[in-house]
Amino acid sequence: MSGNMTTLIRDGLWHNNVVFAQMLALCPTMAVTTSGTNGLGMGLATTAVLVVANVLVSLLRRVVSPQVRIPVFIVLIASLVTIVDMALNAWLHELYKVLGLFIALIVVNCAILGRAESFASRHPVGHAFIDGLAMGIGFTGALTLIGLIREFLGSGTLFAQASQLLGPAFAFLEMRIPGYAGALLMILPPGAFAALGFLLAGKQRLDARRAAQPDKAAVLA
Amino acid sequence: MRLDTLKEYTFYPPLLLGCTALLASAALSWVAGATRDAIAAAEARDLRESLTQVLPAGLADNDLLADRVQIDVGATAPLTVYRARHAGKPAAAVFRVEGKGYAGPIVLLMAVDQDGQVLGVRVLKHSETPGLGDKIEIGKTDWITAFNGKSLNTGRWAVRKDGGEFDQFAGATITPRAVVQAVKGGLEIFARHQDAMLGQPQDSATMGTARAHKEGKAS
Repeated sequence: MSGNMTTLIRDGLWHNNVVFAQMLALCPTMAVTTSGTNGLGMGLATTAVLVVANVLVSLLRRVVSPQVRIPVFIVLIASLVTIVDMALNAWLHELYKVLGLFIALIVVNCAILGRAESFASRHPVGHAFIDGLAMGIGFTGALTLIGLIREFLGSGTLFAQASQLLGPAFAFLEMRIPGYAGALLMILPPGAFAALGFLLAGKQRLDARRAAQPDKAAVLA
Repeated sequence: MRLDTLKEYTFYPPLLLGCTALLASAALSWVAGATRDAIAAAEARDLRESLTQVLPAGLADNDLLADRVQIDVGATAPLTVYRARHAGKPAAAVFRVEGKGYAGPIVLLMAVDQDGQVLGVRVLKHSETPGLGDKIEIGKTDWITAFNGKSLNTGRWAVRKDGGEFDQFAGATITPRAVVQAVKGGLEIFARHQDAMLGQPQDSATMGTARAHKEGKAS
């Protein structure tokens, strides 16, 4: 059982990462990652929805009949996102002003429907929860990484406005590279494709190298 | 439980979908009801905050949210104007204008004083490209303060690229162009409806409250 959980976590974070392996949710990935903070915010909001959606779908998996499963999942996910949107707007208004832009985008994140369909609808609640969490954290990590790279090259800052998202205590994350104004291209859509392309190539290379070294692979995998 | 036999029936899938939709709607309307007041309060707080941002400190001594009127300016919807007063005398009008941005409407709040001068402009809502068009936000750059003190006669109302006096951003011309046009449009509306927008001098603050109640009901 615990080995199973470890596999789930490792899959979500690396081997089956939403962005770098499944190549899902590329639309929000490209659109939002103009800075590390944006990527982090989108990732966290998505993680929350992903975990709850996975748990709900897993709870309902015996009731839902295969013919209408997709519409049922979509209704569930869309309602969930709308509820999160309204609740944040009402009770965490400051955070909503920063994240509000991204929340509606979560509905169209196919990774959530993908996990509901391919995992949560076939596995018990505990596994679905861990899977949602691991996938969400993997997604958050991927978005933050792409965002940081684009932000660093594109505007010469790191985690700009992080204190708006996480609170004043995180102001220390904000960094600026002196004397570098940034290459605008990285902020524009081509920059997203370039950053993602290089990261994917890097991951492929790492995985290939690991596969070539069986001893090490046994230890790590 | 014979759920599996139940699932075989033709009516099961539509029934399931119907129940899901019903439950989801119920949950949504419950949450919408539970959050309505909090959202309205938060938005009123935001509005009050931005109202004080577009007005120089000490210019108004009334509650602007209470002293508002709706004026028909020939657009589809009437324009809500918040009147700033000092000691009961009209001082400025604060109202919303909308520009057509790159990725959707840009909603601005602007304050104009009696002489038709812009006191301040702030962006309330926009969906411009992060890192490019969002430089119109005061939190990102102080570009938006370039409008302060400008009036219809004194400003060259266009971005530099179009021969005006306002900077565009590298990679984003549509956004600043939209903002400049929107503010100019706001000033033109003000020029046409100045008296109604500023309001009459009043003796006591109670008049403002009475009117606000009426407006509140009408809106």
